[in-house]
Amino acid sequence: MFDSASIIVGLEIGTSKVCAVVGEINAAGSLNIIGVGQCRSRGVRKGEIVDPATTSEDVRNAIVEAEQMADVEIRSVYLGVTGGHIRGFTNRGVHPVVSADREITKEDVEDVIKNAKAINLPAENYVLHAIRQHFLVDGQDGISDPVGMLGARVEVDMHVVHGSFNRLQNPIRVVKGLQLDVEAIVFNGLASSLALLTNEQKEMGALVIDLGAGATEYAVYSNGIIKQIGALAVGGDHISNDLAFGLKAPLSRAEELKVQHGAALLDDSVKGQTVTVKNELGFAGKTINIEHLRRIMSLRLEEIFQLIEQQLSSAGFLDYLRAGVVLSGGGARTAEIQKLAENVFQLPAVVGKTNCVNGLRSALDQPEFATGIGLVKFGSFQQKKRRTGVARSIRESFHSLLNRE
Amino acid sequence: MSPGNSIRKFTIKVLGIGGAGCNAARHFARLNLPDVPCALLNTDAAALGQATSESKVLLGFKSMRGLGAGGDPERGRQAAEEDRDQIRAACEGADLIFIIAGVGGGTGTGAGPVVARIAKESGALVLAMVILPFDCEGGRRQRQAQMGLQEFKKAADGVICLPNQKLLQFVDEKTSLPEAFAIGNDWVAQGVRSMWRMLSQPSLINVDFADLCGVLRDRHAEGSLATAEAQGENRATEVINKLLAHPLIENGHGLAETAGALVSIAASNLTMNEVTRIMEQITRHCEQAHVIMGASIDESFGDRLSVTLVASRRESAANEEPPAHSRMEVPSNARFTNPAPPPAVQLPNGHGHGHGHGRGRKSSSRLRQTQLPLEILSKGRFEKSEPTLHQGQDLDVPTYIRRGVALN
Repeated sequence: MFDSASIIVGLEIGTSKVCAVVGEINAAGSLNIIGVGQCRSRGVRKGEIVDPATTSEDVRNAIVEAEQMADVEIRSVYLGVTGGHIRGFTNRGVHPVVSADREITKEDVEDVIKNAKAINLPAENYVLHAIRQHFLVDGQDGISDPVGMLGARVEVDMHVVHGSFNRLQNPIRVVKGLQLDVEAIVFNGLASSLALLTNEQKEMGALVIDLGAGATEYAVYSNGIIKQIGALAVGGDHISNDLAFGLKAPLSRAEELKVQHGAALLDDSVKGQTVTVKNELGFAGKTINIEHLRRIMSLRLEEIFQLIEQQLSSAGFLDYLRAGVVLSGGGARTAEIQKLAENVFQLPAVVGKTNCVNGLRSALDQPEFATGIGLVKFGSFQQKKRRTGVARSIRESFHSLLNRE
Repeated sequence: MSPGNSIRKFTIKVLGIGGAGCNAARHFARLNLPDVPCALLNTDAAALGQATSESKVLLGFKSMRGLGAGGDPERGRQAAEEDRDQIRAACEGADLIFIIAGVGGGTGTGAGPVVARIAKESGALVLAMVILPFDCEGGRRQRQAQMGLQEFKKAADGVICLPNQKLLQFVDEKTSLPEAFAIGNDWVAQGVRSMWRMLSQPSLINVDFADLCGVLRDRHAEGSLATAEAQGENRATEVINKLLAHPLIENGHGLAETAGALVSIAASNLTMNEVTRIMEQITRHCEQAHVIMGASIDESFGDRLSVTLVASRRESAANEEPPAHSRMEVPSNARFTNPAPPPAVQLPNGHGHGHGHGRGRKSSSRLRQTQLPLEILSKGRFEKSEPTLHQGQDLDVPTYIRRGVALN
């Protein structure tokens, strides 16, 4: 029914849910979301797989659901990865222009990019993404393509996102075990930023924070390029755990209370307010103090934001984010989370909407699906590139990671 | 050291109690520190007979004929009560008494706290170095050890724990038993020596006993002690790496939960740069702790640089039951009910903690009241996952606990 090349599937193996998003590139070349499948995730902690067998089951369920909804057969996926081991840093490559007329050629540009990619990483680390930022010609900043310009020295900044090879291997093995191909692995923070930000926002400068259950990822854009990407292995699970500990409730109950009564800010209206939870027999059981619940929760969320803020303010990025903060992930559903983000970052904050693809409205409106949709978007970029032959096949570049058994 | 004769010299004594304590004290005596007499106290005459020069006290000869307490703390306690006078004589004239005892058996567990109390009554400040048994020695010994530890905490001004189990990290397959114990004893001996140096030798940045007590006392948690030495060009970096790799510090993770720390640096020539480098590293690992620092110049060190760290864990992080809890538990073990110290002794001890200490400690004691009557601090579902560390803080521990926010 469909040309298999036009079907793109994003698979996110998250800590709370496994989610498969099916997208289709239609005849006009635009991207359409045609199916979503999800399943509760049981074998993932802090964004990383701890129980491959159950995870494999969950992935299969999600994929089957997505296949049924979209009425397609899924053969390959773009896989989202995350975890506290993933880090990003910016490396600068320098190349002297040697030709007599000082004109910068294509070869010079390729060389400088190669230099910027040559970084010293421990052998067990794997480079997930090497994202090109602006070129500098003789110290002049903000050049997007220096070919044809005159200069003595061309430099480029590369933002390199890397993680531990073996730990990246785990989700790939799970997916391959289900007879699915992995087209590429993509860092979740990058994927959700692709789904959420419009080109104008990227140009103006924006910070995307994906508040997942196991990990929180962030990506900073400014002047249309990615400035910094990072992950923090703290997420919604930590809030539930804090609540379970502080309120002396079982974890499942804490999770429920978080969803029902949680908020990111502590206001006066809840002072002394309590709620009585029902026990397993349906009778009134324990009394929970809402004020404590909110306090525990807001402290944790505030800390997550503050940790990100510290990392960004030390690099001086916060002054360039005119489009503000965009929140996504399950954590973005927390009441008043925008206000907390505004307080911490001193920037306008919104909960992100994936408004740059067409398709199922119900899926697009939910912050949880931003990563999955972003993965599809990443896939569509890759396919476009492949079709036009601009870049060599992305599968080639991931060859070493994907074909290791 | 002292400006005039009118000021009496500060005297230190080391008492080894029980089998493990005596061995460690003998090991210490071989270091031959001037003016630090050692005394051995044991219920086992044969074990005591091995010792050569140090002064010895045989406890409980009347009731058990020098045959040992047989792993029963109650008998150990009785033995010590019988020979109170001899113990008092051994404590006579000291300002600071180090008590080294291995808990878990009979003498160290039962007699140790009694000795500590008598030593305290004699007017000295008491610092107990308590050696905890190996895990493989069985549940009963572990339980007795924990009870002994509680008793020591009530009786002594400060308690430093040295879990034998952590020794295993130093031991490979070929290490013989005597060697392994020698390593353990060496730990204790080095610890006592560095503390002796810290307290009695003149130094550039002085650390006195009040500082030490400030770190250890009133925390309701055991302190830990680590010493490291290095020499050569990069000795500052080396020494700090060694210190953080010390099993008792748990690769620096232990430091994250530290409430108070005392750092003493000693060398024959010490540069400012080295001091800063060491202190920077330590404070970075325990940002919220009350850190006291001392530095001394000792010509005998040659090229070596030695750092001693005494740290006490934050109470919520310590693996101990709250006092109310343990008191409830006592009756369950009828044999150990009696030796609970008479309230008259306990009270002044309990109240004496409060006075004369700095701000940091006051706030920590207030914090203690407002916190939930905690069970062991659990990381819940993150118990088994890799900890998320950020600047020495374990982010898996609830934020409100790390920030000390009260839920009333």
